[in-house]
Amino acid sequence: MKNVLPILTVVAVIVAIWYVAAIPMNKQWALDQAARADTTLTTGALVLETWSQERPRLPAPHQVVTELWSSTGDLALSGSAFSKRSLILHAWYTLSATLLGFAFGTTLGILLAVGIVHSRAMDMGVMPWAIASQTIPILAIAPMIIVVLNSIGISGLIPKAIISAYLSFFPVVVGMVKGLRSPAIMDLDLMRTYSANQTQTFWKLRLPASMPFLFASLKVGIAAALVGTIVGELPAGAIRGLGARMLSGSYYGQTIQIWSALFAAAILAAILVGIIGVIQRRILKRMGMAQ
Amino acid sequence: MSWGWLIFALAFWVATFTLNVRLANSKNSETRAIGLAVPIIFGVTILVVWEGVVRGLNVPMVILPAPSAIYAKFVTSVPTLWEDFVQTFVKGALTGYFIGCGSAVITAVLIDRSQFLQRGLLPVGNFIAALPIVGTAPILVMWFGFDWQSKAAVVVAMVFFPMLVNTVQGLSSTTAMQRDLMATYHANYLQTLVKLRLPAAMPFIFNGLKISTTLALIGAIVAEFFGSPIKGMGFRISTEVGKLGLDMVWAEITVAAIAGSAFYGVVALIEKGVTFWHPSQRG
Repeated sequence: MKNVLPILTVVAVIVAIWYVAAIPMNKQWALDQAARADTTLTTGALVLETWSQERPRLPAPHQVVTELWSSTGDLALSGSAFSKRSLILHAWYTLSATLLGFAFGTTLGILLAVGIVHSRAMDMGVMPWAIASQTIPILAIAPMIIVVLNSIGISGLIPKAIISAYLSFFPVVVGMVKGLRSPAIMDLDLMRTYSANQTQTFWKLRLPASMPFLFASLKVGIAAALVGTIVGELPAGAIRGLGARMLSGSYYGQTIQIWSALFAAAILAAILVGIIGVIQRRILKRMGMAQ
Repeated sequence: MSWGWLIFALAFWVATFTLNVRLANSKNSETRAIGLAVPIIFGVTILVVWEGVVRGLNVPMVILPAPSAIYAKFVTSVPTLWEDFVQTFVKGALTGYFIGCGSAVITAVLIDRSQFLQRGLLPVGNFIAALPIVGTAPILVMWFGFDWQSKAAVVVAMVFFPMLVNTVQGLSSTTAMQRDLMATYHANYLQTLVKLRLPAAMPFIFNGLKISTTLALIGAIVAEFFGSPIKGMGFRISTEVGKLGLDMVWAEITVAAIAGSAFYGVVALIEKGVTFWHPSQRG
């Protein structure tokens, strides 16, 4: 807990810089407005003006928080939590595609890792390509995947989920290969003295030993899956999801809307990583592996 | 549907798979030649099966073009591809990469002197590194205009925090013994930094640099979806998708894949030269 004070300080400094930066960024518009209305602004009034514009170039933090609240909590309290302008609804669309893609990606990643650990041919043949696959900017072909799948009649969650699966499978493969190979020679020898076959060694030794590695990569994977979903929502005129909110915000110059969608995505990412962290602590504790 | 192509693809797959298993389990499998041959055979197999399936099932071009069609398009549109490559990769991604990574390393060296800042910035930096920074692309495009400057800005935003976190970790990776040795030499802060801590941080720094290569390319391409001049890889991809010119899209993807892999390869090569002393490079 000794980190709380430094973290809070850093966050406070960032917010302060943000407020200060908002002044020069939004100054021009405020001055133009004042000139048009034939009034002159005092310095104090100018500063206040830059923090309360409707379409600022850089919205002040409190404007973003207000927008965030009015499109989530406020709507929820008034009973329309799932109306079209509710970020809860958009976050839900993004979340469901993320979770589906994450499930695909993790399953694929674990299966590949099992294959790589058990077959030398796969280890030599697949591993270099798995690494190479990540140097290809998949996000760039996201629009194509969406359009192509749409044209053969698949739309909705699946195309977005495929993109997020592609991004999340890699950390899982790398982590699981490392994890499944983590048992020491001594442990493997013990299994051999028990006359355990490969399946038994896998379930009783390799899989349990890989758990810490699995969770570390799941955390990376779910963050990557969320990025994949959001980018998947950008093209092809998606109308739902946080990515679509950003896109429509950018079309209509609604900067506050972009920022609040961005923050909603950040909060979502934090929650997802946090949940995996809690599960990790629970399971590792039950397995007696907690540090 | 023509069964010939499908059967050929299947037969080719079985043959190369058997060959790969043989090679991998042969007693020479540790040699460099086989280490290279196995993944290459695997890659060629994917291409042949892809070609066979597309021809065999008569998959329409708007869904998935065959590798041969993509190659034909690639060869005939080299000038366009080159122009897009320069716009996106050289101007957008590389500029942003150097500015972002450079400023992150400098920031890391500066905050490294303060325990307090480190303990505060590391968790925050880690958190931001996990966020969908790509989402700032529309904002940055609004601020810096449609040309490559906004793409470079997105790249800077994307690579800064992963790079910062890695460098800070690297700078604190020296052991007490090594720092004591520097103290017995009566080395001052700058000497310790240049002769011990920066070299010791190199494996971490290069880890960050390698992660950033992919991020840079992604950032530059995705930023073009939000507005760009009429050239650039992201622009070409999104407009060609709209025209259903999928062969051109795949040609761009090929360029992106080659550029991405080459970029990563160059950084990995430099790493090999700089961190030759590290256990992971000696194997």
